[in-house]
Amino acid sequence: MTGNDVVSGTGVSPAEAPAEGGEVVLRLTDVVKTFPGVRALDGVQLEVRAGEVHCLLGQNGAGKSTLIKVLAGVHRPDSGHVEWRGEAVSFANPQAAMRSGIATIYQELDLVEDLSVAENAFLGHEPRRFGFIRRGHMASRTRQILGRLGHAEIPPNRMVRALPAAGKQVVSMARALSHEARLIIMDEPSAVLAHDEVENLFRIIRELTAQGIAVIYISHRLEEIREIGDRVTVLKDGRTTAANLPARETPTSDLVSRMTGRTIEYVFPDRPTESVVGDDLLQVDGLTRSGEFADVSLSVRAGEIVGIAGLVGSGRSEVLETIYGARTAEAGSVRMAGRALRPGSVGAAVKAGMGMAPEERKSQALLLGEPIYRNVTLATFSRYARFGFTDASRERAEADRIAENLEMRPRDVRRAVRTLSGGNQQKVVVGRWLLGDTKLLLLDEPTRGVDVGARAELYQVIRQLAAQGVGVLLVSSEVPEVLGLADRVLVMREGRVVRTAPAGELDEDTVLDLVMAGSLMEGAPA
Amino acid sequence: MTDSPPTTKLPAQSPPVDPAETEAVGGRAAAGVGRLSWWHGDGGEGAKRNLALIGVLLALFVIGAATRSDLYSNPDWVWANMLSILKLASVVGVVTVGMTFVIIGGGIDLSVGAIVALAGVWCTTVATQSFGAGGMIFTAIIVGIAVGLVNGTLIAYGRLVPFIATLAMLVAARGLAAEISQKQTQISQNSTINGIASTDLLGIPLLVYILAAVVAAGWVLLNRTTFGRRTVAVGGNPEAARLAGINVRLHTLLLYALSGLCCGIAAIMLTAQATSAQAAMANLYELDAIAAVIIGGTLLSGGRGTIVGSLLGVIIFATITNLFAINGLSTEAQNMVKGGIIVAAVLIQQIQFGSLSQFFRRNRLTTS
Ligand SMILES: Nc1ncnc2c1ncn2[C@@H]1O[C@H](COP(=O)(O)OP(=O)(O)OP(=O)(O)O)[C@@H](O)[C@H]1O
Ligand SMILES: [Mg+2]
Repeated sequence: MTGNDVVSGTGVSPAEAPAEGGEVVLRLTDVVKTFPGVRALDGVQLEVRAGEVHCLLGQNGAGKSTLIKVLAGVHRPDSGHVEWRGEAVSFANPQAAMRSGIATIYQELDLVEDLSVAENAFLGHEPRRFGFIRRGHMASRTRQILGRLGHAEIPPNRMVRALPAAGKQVVSMARALSHEARLIIMDEPSAVLAHDEVENLFRIIRELTAQGIAVIYISHRLEEIREIGDRVTVLKDGRTTAANLPARETPTSDLVSRMTGRTIEYVFPDRPTESVVGDDLLQVDGLTRSGEFADVSLSVRAGEIVGIAGLVGSGRSEVLETIYGARTAEAGSVRMAGRALRPGSVGAAVKAGMGMAPEERKSQALLLGEPIYRNVTLATFSRYARFGFTDASRERAEADRIAENLEMRPRDVRRAVRTLSGGNQQKVVVGRWLLGDTKLLLLDEPTRGVDVGARAELYQVIRQLAAQGVGVLLVSSEVPEVLGLADRVLVMREGRVVRTAPAGELDEDTVLDLVMAGSLMEGAPA
Repeated sequence: MTDSPPTTKLPAQSPPVDPAETEAVGGRAAAGVGRLSWWHGDGGEGAKRNLALIGVLLALFVIGAATRSDLYSNPDWVWANMLSILKLASVVGVVTVGMTFVIIGGGIDLSVGAIVALAGVWCTTVATQSFGAGGMIFTAIIVGIAVGLVNGTLIAYGRLVPFIATLAMLVAARGLAAEISQKQTQISQNSTINGIASTDLLGIPLLVYILAAVVAAGWVLLNRTTFGRRTVAVGGNPEAARLAGINVRLHTLLLYALSGLCCGIAAIMLTAQATSAQAAMANLYELDAIAAVIIGGTLLSGGRGTIVGSLLGVIIFATITNLFAINGLSTEAQNMVKGGIIVAAVLIQQIQFGSLSQFFRRNRLTTS
């Protein structure tokens, strides 16, 4: 097998019990896929067995999503062989791949927002009789699948638009399950999920693999791969650099160096020894929006990083957006450097020096068809302009600096954002606010989909900004990130702040306990 | 290729036919291939669409030459005919520039024809004409901007759907124009105004200069200014624009005002051409302008488009009208052909993006 050739050293043998059990269902040999100016896949080998969870690891832009799109029939490979259940295949379109038993959950959710949950789940293969869609039948089958996914509470006839991000993820999983799939591909499914949702996802994956279904799982979180994965294939610059490593035994340093070609101490930057924290920058008092959050008070001082931990739906993103003026507060006040901001006015917030990297990069932050540099400078282009005339070369230079700082790949800032990999798009969103004279950064899930190396860079950049006196308010589903990066942590649950403490006084378990709506914690100090 | 069974053998070197890739065309042109870098201003896709439109124009020229070889054998006549085509295109052309901004900004303006009529009628009332040419021009432009501001306010702050708001304005503005003019044709007595349509500079009609100036200003505004950048952002992703601190509502308002301004300018040009104004003037200009914008490759959903494409769209329509006129054919047949052209132009663009661009790309990959 070609894949083994590239594996070197460190006791690598495909010795995992579950992997041994299943026969090889999918084998890719020397798959090449080029886009104009980019060799996204440059000779990929991959071998997947029935009943295993095969993890794909690789930096942002390594080619993971492109690879799975080749499998899903979205892209056609330029050359190479795909063997699926013993037959050489080339899928003409996604429907063909689905018919032959490959279902895919894409990195960027591909749901039709204005269709119902059931319609989305069965999109393209609605159960019919005499040409009419059997709505009742479709709804009951959807209900059944949702039950299997542990989300019986989602009504099949609810519009997808009305669901939170995690709910949409469940619908897209339901779509995968609505086919009789033998291979389910999941491209960073956990990026939008909270901790308990990830547990639920893993339970489902275990159920699937127990039925002999193969799963290809992509994630940048190594601890997830340790937990759910059987074998790991590592991609770097479109090539397989290691195949079929045992997911649990392979040392982290090994995985990271195969991914990046170097070693990364992906730890958080040190907190400054002497306190650089300055005056009060942001002061929020009694902020309330009914149904979202109530009576939230917090403060951020210049040079301070404040983290908000909480589940999806705990109101943390809504608080951030309300502070920024993207939502209008019903009660309470937001003050920047002592001056009250007009509620519901993003313009006022930006003028006062705020910047926000929103949670959903595609719908809330990016102009997909526009070049990288115009996306990076979307909030600052008028500052570089003279007499209303934009200064494209200055903008490109500034964007280029950001691209270098955040290890954007490819580095050409004139490329359309649409052609970037998910993690690189995320860097564009965050990079936007690293320009200009932002005094307070509101970051909502800034590292969603960003690889370990770039993540460390991003932490460094955030810490440096803080050292220069910028205040940072950070929301993240990843508790270690909040604890590692922030100076002070707020824990939110069901729209209320349940705990505020210096990061040093909290540990992961304590935060997780606080975050979960456990009855044990009902009496927790507010 | 398309109707192949779901599973087929992979040819050793299968051609990259890939629908998802078509989206990436802009990215490729923008990918910094040095010799193509002049495309950046207008966007790589736009430049290629425009080349296709120029091809259509050439084809129309050839058809003209084939059907009326007697006329086309005379170079002087050909030159004069080209100028008359441009003159024909000038009024709608000015309206189309404003329409392009509105559509790139994610809206639509159905009231442009009505605004032209209202501005034309208002500037030719006896009272206005008493202020002379300056007063008439001022009035037409102010009326245009004012109506645009009303549109913009309804849409940006009243949250009306652009289609509905401007449809209502279409009806209302024509009604007001009929009211002001008492349904009479108002003759323009002002020789300066009338002279705008009959003056030539260096052998080229003044109307064509006005069109050129408006197009040039529109191009600079769209591609080189913060206003243009905001327009693309607001049309491409209004939520992203808002969260980046852009005042989306104010900008939307300004876009409709800009369209109104263009209508005001067009009203003067059209009044000069007819030496009169009436409530029914500029009938169905909204359709001509929207069709030209679409043919020009601007996305109806907003966020992307070019001024040059829109201009070419207008010129193509004017050329067709001219072609029918010199062949003595009916306007009914002409409208049918125009409808066909709209469909054909869109189809050509799709074909161009599907297979043709793949073809070029493959050739470039192998040569580079
Ligand atoms: N449609 C496209 N047109 C041009 N280039 C593309 C296109 N899609 C992907 N690419 C390029 O191919 C490379 C691989 O991208 P891909 O999305 O597969 O990365 P990835 O491994 O999934 O990264 P991430 O972890 O950030 O999701 C990147 O350099 C990307 O810019
Ligand atoms: Mg990806």
